[in-house]
Amino acid sequence: MNRMRNLFIGFFATFISSWLGLVVAPHLQFGGLKEHLDEDENQYLPPARTGLAERGARVYAANGCVYCHTQQVRPAHQGSDLARGWGARRTVARDYIHDRPHFLGTMRTGPDLANIGHRQNNEGWHHKHLYAPQSVSKGSIMPPFRYLYKTQRIVGAPSADALQLEGPDAPQPGFEIVPTEDAKALVAYLISLNRNYPLPEAPVD
Amino acid sequence: MTDNTHSIPAGAPPMPPASDAAERAAIDQSCRRPVLFFFGSALFWLLAGTFFAIVTSIKLHDPEFMNRAPLPDAVRFQTGEFLRANPISMQDVGFLTFGRFRAAHLNSVAYGWATSAAIGVGVWLMARLCRVPLRRPSLVTAAGVLWNIGIAIGIAAILAGQSTSVEWLEFPPYAALILGTAYAIIAIWAVDMFASRKPGHVYVTLWYVLAAFFWFPWLYASANILILLKPVQGSVQAIVNWWFGHNVLGLWFTPIGIGAAYYMIPKVIGRPIHSYYLSAIGFWSLALFYSWNGGHHLIGGPLPAWVITASIVASVMMVIPVVVTAINHHMTTRGHFHMLRYSPTLRFVVFGAMCYTLVSLQGSSMAIRSLNEITHFTHYTIGHAHFGLYAFFTMIMFGCMYYIVPRLCGCEWRSAYLIRLHFWTAAYGIAAMVAALTIGGLVQGLMLADPAKDFLGEILAITKPYLVGRSLSGVLLSIGHVVFAYHFALMVLQLGRREGGPVYFNPVEGEARP
Ligand code: HEC
Ligand code: HEM
Ligand code: HEM
Repeated sequence: MNRMRNLFIGFFATFISSWLGLVVAPHLQFGGLKEHLDEDENQYLPPARTGLAERGARVYAANGCVYCHTQQVRPAHQGSDLARGWGARRTVARDYIHDRPHFLGTMRTGPDLANIGHRQNNEGWHHKHLYAPQSVSKGSIMPPFRYLYKTQRIVGAPSADALQLEGPDAPQPGFEIVPTEDAKALVAYLISLNRNYPLPEAPVD
Repeated sequence: MTDNTHSIPAGAPPMPPASDAAERAAIDQSCRRPVLFFFGSALFWLLAGTFFAIVTSIKLHDPEFMNRAPLPDAVRFQTGEFLRANPISMQDVGFLTFGRFRAAHLNSVAYGWATSAAIGVGVWLMARLCRVPLRRPSLVTAAGVLWNIGIAIGIAAILAGQSTSVEWLEFPPYAALILGTAYAIIAIWAVDMFASRKPGHVYVTLWYVLAAFFWFPWLYASANILILLKPVQGSVQAIVNWWFGHNVLGLWFTPIGIGAAYYMIPKVIGRPIHSYYLSAIGFWSLALFYSWNGGHHLIGGPLPAWVITASIVASVMMVIPVVVTAINHHMTTRGHFHMLRYSPTLRFVVFGAMCYTLVSLQGSSMAIRSLNEITHFTHYTIGHAHFGLYAFFTMIMFGCMYYIVPRLCGCEWRSAYLIRLHFWTAAYGIAAMVAALTIGGLVQGLMLADPAKDFLGEILAITKPYLVGRSLSGVLLSIGHVVFAYHFALMVLQLGRREGGPVYFNPVEGEARP
């Protein structure tokens, strides 16, 4: 019986050390960060997300964008993230306080998206790219997300948000391709991704 | 080792007394249902996961592959055309998209295949090493049924678009709850089993298996609660995520894999483990250092430096348990390497054990900042992942199944040819996959590090052939999986061989029974 107790104490002790170190301590140290009030701009940073963008984050999760795209910018001495223009500064813990769940990612089959809203804020471009990635990025291996769009008959005037597609991607005459609510939310989310604001712990120079 | 006549008995153990053999047979019989159930369902998920894998892999070099399914066509209905033409047409659907298939792949192989196989092997090892017949076998089977229901629901949820997108925790909370319950039953059962063991020496395998059964439920519950049910802040979620992710590998798969190797190698060879002392050092240093490794998945990420540095130090310290275990296994096998020519179990297990050493040393190097900077976000990591979970863990599980299944079914494997085919497709397949991803990943990483290299035109284009290479190697692996599943089905259907001894790769002289 003694032997059993000693074994279990050992299992428990080694394990709890890492639980305290990698779960509890980080939570105590930076699990309660607050938004920072930028006095010059009179704005809270990071800005809260709109309802539509928040719904877009669910679409991002449901379709596994995270397996090809990271959302983290490493500091200057780690990789070429800054040099590639993926951000104006490294990202820090406070940048993620609104994220549930986090989308840091581990794979860059595609470019980092931490600041995609800064690089590309044209809704039309995003829709076209999501519908047919190769139509704007020749040679891309990003999967097409055509199922987030619907094809419908043009009744009266064409819809304002119909996609401008050419060639094989274009719909039959008399029809148009429009984004579903999910696609609109996703694009609102992508455009909201902009972590280039200055924070006290991460100034932009 | 050229002569085929070299027979096994060199240094073979004295035949154990008949009562021991009878006791073992009784223990094996008591495991029959639950363990075969776990093995059978593991192989089902291996096949499902392999299907997801191949499709996922092809989609990465051919994004138009398999995006459509036949459905009623809304456009044809709108035009009235459906009266004349077929109302069904091929349409884009969400459940076939890369992101969902990839999550389905990971979860079917990690929880469906690897974990079910690990539970099966772990349960059998517990019974053998506690030297008592399995207690409450129907409880174990019931936990197995529950476990499979949880996985089926989870995979369906992922395909339907309800993935959480948290790596290694994609199952939505309702599925995770079922899995957690099933696992908790196994864990409580394991403690009960251990408490009722026959007195005597506690063999090192038993430490590993028991510890793994004890650690996993705790990990799984903490991570699900802190990330999904009552989420902590974003960056803390990330470290909890990888504390979990790495510990699934290090404190669940690895101890079962090494524990099984510690059992099978001496058993097949018929001599005791080289050093008890080394195995104790190996175990406790693994428990201490591995559990701290999680932060090495977030190097350069938005976390304070101390978290990352602590994990890097622990990752490098992992060299200690790895080298100690390697020495111990090597010294045990020394002088008996010729037996790899005969015993399927030994060949798979020794292959796995050697890959454990290699993949772990690779892992320690990947945790060092200067290498990680290059390889972090690339196919190199995926290569390492398959090196670990396939070449090490999966191969050991295959080896154990070759040993255990005949003892549960009461018949022998039908064909040395099928086993040989399985071994070589697996060994060449995984070697090719790891090579393609490692080289492709290095090329990708070095180019990413140079901001002058264009992402789309240069980097994607140059890595594509390596991704095709992975798909091809995946075909080899799939052949092996189908062959093994077929062979296993024959055993379960009692169609194995009834006369003659166990199956060897090559003819053996003498009486010995590896
Ligand atoms: C199989 C991997 C893969 C998946 C999954 C994926 N992408 Fe991409 N993505 C890429 C690649 C490769 C590129 C670069 C080429 C291009 O622009 O298409 C890219 C580019 C992008 C870009 C443009 C980035 C830039 O810097 O111009 C955006 C935005 C984007 N993806 C969004 C998404 C969203 C949203 C999802 C999920 C719905 C997603 N991606 C899923 C691979 C992927
Ligand atoms: C037929 C053989 C297999 C093929 C073709 C294959 C292919 C793939 C592919 C394409 C990915 C996605 C990589 C990416 O996102 O870039 C992947 C990920 C993964 N696979 Fe497999 N796989 C196979 C078998 C297995 C098996 C049997 C296991 C486990 C026992 C496994 C474990 C994993 C893991 C853990 C990941 C996630 C890797 C990471 O996130 O770093 N695979 N696999
Ligand atoms: C000493 C032992 C090991 C160390 C130090 C180690 C280190 C690492 C590191 C640093 C990474 C992260 C790479 C990155 O994202 O940049 C990683 C990923 C991974 N390792 Fe290991 N490794 C070890 C052993 C193993 C073993 C034995 C297995 C298999 C059982 C394994 C399976 C994996 C998997 C599956 C991933 C990918 C995780 C993901 O991104 O989904 N590793 N390892």
